[in-house]
Amino acid sequence: MRPLTDEETEKVFTKLASFIGDNVSMLIDRSDADYCFRNHKERVYYASENLMRQAACIAREPLLSFGTCIGKFTKTKKFHLHITALDYLAPYAKYRVWLKPNAEQQFLYGNNVLKSGVARMTEGTPTHSGIVVLSMSDVPIGFGVAAKGTMDSKRADPTAIIVLHQCDLGEYLRNESTL
Amino acid sequence: MGVVSKKKVTAALKAKQNGGVKRKIEETPPETNGEVVKKKKLVKKVKKQPKNGLPEKVKKIALFDDDEEEDDQVIVPKKEQEGCQRCREEEKKQLEESEEESVDQFGDDDSDALPDDFGSDESGEEDLSEGDEDELPILKEGEEELQLNIASQEKFELPTIDEIENELKAAPSLEIVRQRISDVIQVLGDFKARRDPKKSRDDYLAVLTKDLCSQYGYNEYLITKFMQLFPNGAELLQFLEANDNPRPVTIRANSLKVKRRDLAKNLINRGMNVDPAAEWTKVGLVVYDSQVPVGATPEYLAGHYMIQGLNSLLPVMALAPQPGDRVLDMCAAPGGKTSHIAALMKNSGVLYANDFNFERCRAVIGNLHRLGVVNAVVCNLNGEEFCKIRPNGFDRILLDAPCSGTGVIWKDQSVKTSKDSQDVQRRHTMQRKLILSAMDALDANSPNGGYLVYSTCSVLVEENEAVVNFLLQRRHCQLVNTGLSIGVDGYTRFRDYRFHPSLSLTKRYYPHVHNIDGFFVAKFKKLSNAKTNKFGVDEANREKQEKKAQEKADESDNDEDGDAEEDVESGDDEDVEEVDKAPEPVKVKENEEKKKQKKADDDDEDDSDDEEKVSNGKVGSGARKLKKKRNQAKQKAKQAAVAEDDGFNSTGVVKKVKKAKAFKSKIPKRALARSSAKTVKNKRKKLLEKSR
Repeated sequence: MRPLTDEETEKVFTKLASFIGDNVSMLIDRSDADYCFRNHKERVYYASENLMRQAACIAREPLLSFGTCIGKFTKTKKFHLHITALDYLAPYAKYRVWLKPNAEQQFLYGNNVLKSGVARMTEGTPTHSGIVVLSMSDVPIGFGVAAKGTMDSKRADPTAIIVLHQCDLGEYLRNESTL
Repeated sequence: MGVVSKKKVTAALKAKQNGGVKRKIEETPPETNGEVVKKKKLVKKVKKQPKNGLPEKVKKIALFDDDEEEDDQVIVPKKEQEGCQRCREEEKKQLEESEEESVDQFGDDDSDALPDDFGSDESGEEDLSEGDEDELPILKEGEEELQLNIASQEKFELPTIDEIENELKAAPSLEIVRQRISDVIQVLGDFKARRDPKKSRDDYLAVLTKDLCSQYGYNEYLITKFMQLFPNGAELLQFLEANDNPRPVTIRANSLKVKRRDLAKNLINRGMNVDPAAEWTKVGLVVYDSQVPVGATPEYLAGHYMIQGLNSLLPVMALAPQPGDRVLDMCAAPGGKTSHIAALMKNSGVLYANDFNFERCRAVIGNLHRLGVVNAVVCNLNGEEFCKIRPNGFDRILLDAPCSGTGVIWKDQSVKTSKDSQDVQRRHTMQRKLILSAMDALDANSPNGGYLVYSTCSVLVEENEAVVNFLLQRRHCQLVNTGLSIGVDGYTRFRDYRFHPSLSLTKRYYPHVHNIDGFFVAKFKKLSNAKTNKFGVDEANREKQEKKAQEKADESDNDEDGDAEEDVESGDDEDVEEVDKAPEPVKVKENEEKKKQKKADDDDEDDSDDEEKVSNGKVGSGARKLKKKRNQAKQKAKQAAVAEDDGFNSTGVVKKVKKAKAFKSKIPKRALARSSAKTVKNKRKKLLEKSR
């Protein structure tokens, strides 16, 4: 377990910022306790300072997780968000899209979101920005990248892809072993 | 049922039947005369209510122990006797002709068989009763029927073990076996009156064991364990039946994310039929049926609920974690209880979720993240290490120990056959190590903590009460009320074992009583951080006080303080004695005796060592021989102790199985591998010659 290097910090924060914009600062300056990001076995964990200290008493090998896993660095040093980060992305997200019930199922199986499945979308979403996907009952079910902005998507035909799939809740079942 | 049956039986049959019985009574030797009637009646009464669970009278009786109650049982049947006696007198004459022929038969008749007519009336049980019919000599039809009628009322006759083994090998008919089980249980229910005087209780039990094994598919070890656990045969059967039936699917609403009421509403909209599970839980929901897979709804994925048995709510409720505590879940996978703890802690404080199995740890990580738990540290350690990593570092610890799983047989039927004494021994040794480690990791001085909850999903006493008792002997702690409203109190005495009286504060759960998995929960409060038992702690305290008193005495006037010191001392002594006398179980005393013996032995050894040292200088003093002898004796004693270990004494050593020796060639492998075939051949020749 170690603090992130500057390079890593930049990568993580740019990634987060694409979803929650300036709200990134809210993750660090929290009123309840000091929170921090830590790199442990190439995974980034977000935990309170206290919890991090307590976790430090476990050796590196047997320590598997503490706090919340935000994502991981790939072998090529790119940063990928995990579905486990959804709890922190969803409340602060700048851009959201709501899905119709049948499209919801499709998305949970790992498919992209088509125009026909979109019920609602935040106004003014630019292309290639991170976007959080919600069900009609306002339950966050995943996130992805907007393939088309709000304006484009209005003109697109029903089969056009609006959101490129990145992570969805179904991964808790599909990829439980790699979380 | 009885009334119906009487109506249906034809008059003629009745006549035969009753007459037959009467005749029988006349023929039987005088000393058994009254007994037979009573027996017959009792049997009848028992058979009348098989469907309402079991007859009360039988329920009371412990089948497998000689009981004081036996005498009372004989009185029971009188009322019913009257009705039949009338008939009997009427038909007596008619049937006296057939007496002689039938008498012979009574001797070897296996008496299981019941008449068809009778059987059809009395439903279920009697239908099963055709067993052993083949052993009946072939008689004229009327006679036969008569005989059958009599037989049904007659004493059950026990086949020998060999017969049963052969029968089970050949073609075990479920009905015959089932009937025999119920017969044997009835006999055991009032053993004094119904037994065959030639057969011992052991014979009956052996037959019952065999039959139960074949009927329910257990191995003999487990069946005997269960028979000890449920001395009442009726309850035993209920338990075994319950093990074959699945429990209802239950889910726990995740109070971190959603309220139970809202969740229930959502799930009903999804097409699931849910209901609050029980009065004692505010988060449990039971799923009656569902059109969608319970483990794959969007609500499940969003972490609104967790699928877990109702029994796994119990240890967490007993633990009652407070927000801000440092809590350890020693055997966490798959994370159901852990997330429940986190929910009760409201995501504050620190929660360690440990599991020994790395693969299962992944499930913990997944579940904790899905359920939105952010205060957890997941680690993959041996539970025993926590006492070294963080000694006295936790406010509360939940130890849901790995166990034989005899409480959840419905989930895994392989338990029925796969567990033997050694498995159980391994489990409870492991449990003892873990519980000691857990107790050492606990902080006795924490302001609102110092609690350890021990739970298993086993019903065996070795893995539950015996382990708890072991901890009470080893560490300074006490059992406290679990705060659970349901459950049966734990055993304070089991067979010839006596546990600490406070073990009645532990709770047991049975599938046939509570309709949840078989389970055991015990809650400890740690009293001091010392790594000794209560005795040691008291002694240390006393020494401390004595020291203090002495210091005081030294400081001030000897006369005045002398009295005070004595007072203090005497008071202390009383306390200690009381403590020792009252709660320490018999076993402890035995242990102490053992310890004393050991000490004595040690002393002896020490002495002899000294001798040895002295004698070492001399040549041929025989010291080495003596030492060898001593070592052998020691080894023998150790082996004997291990062999004795049945789960209740506190040695906690597991027998080592001797490994079968691998085949060893006379020719070293390297020599073979070194070079060509020819040289190898030569070498082999040489080696073989040498070895000769």
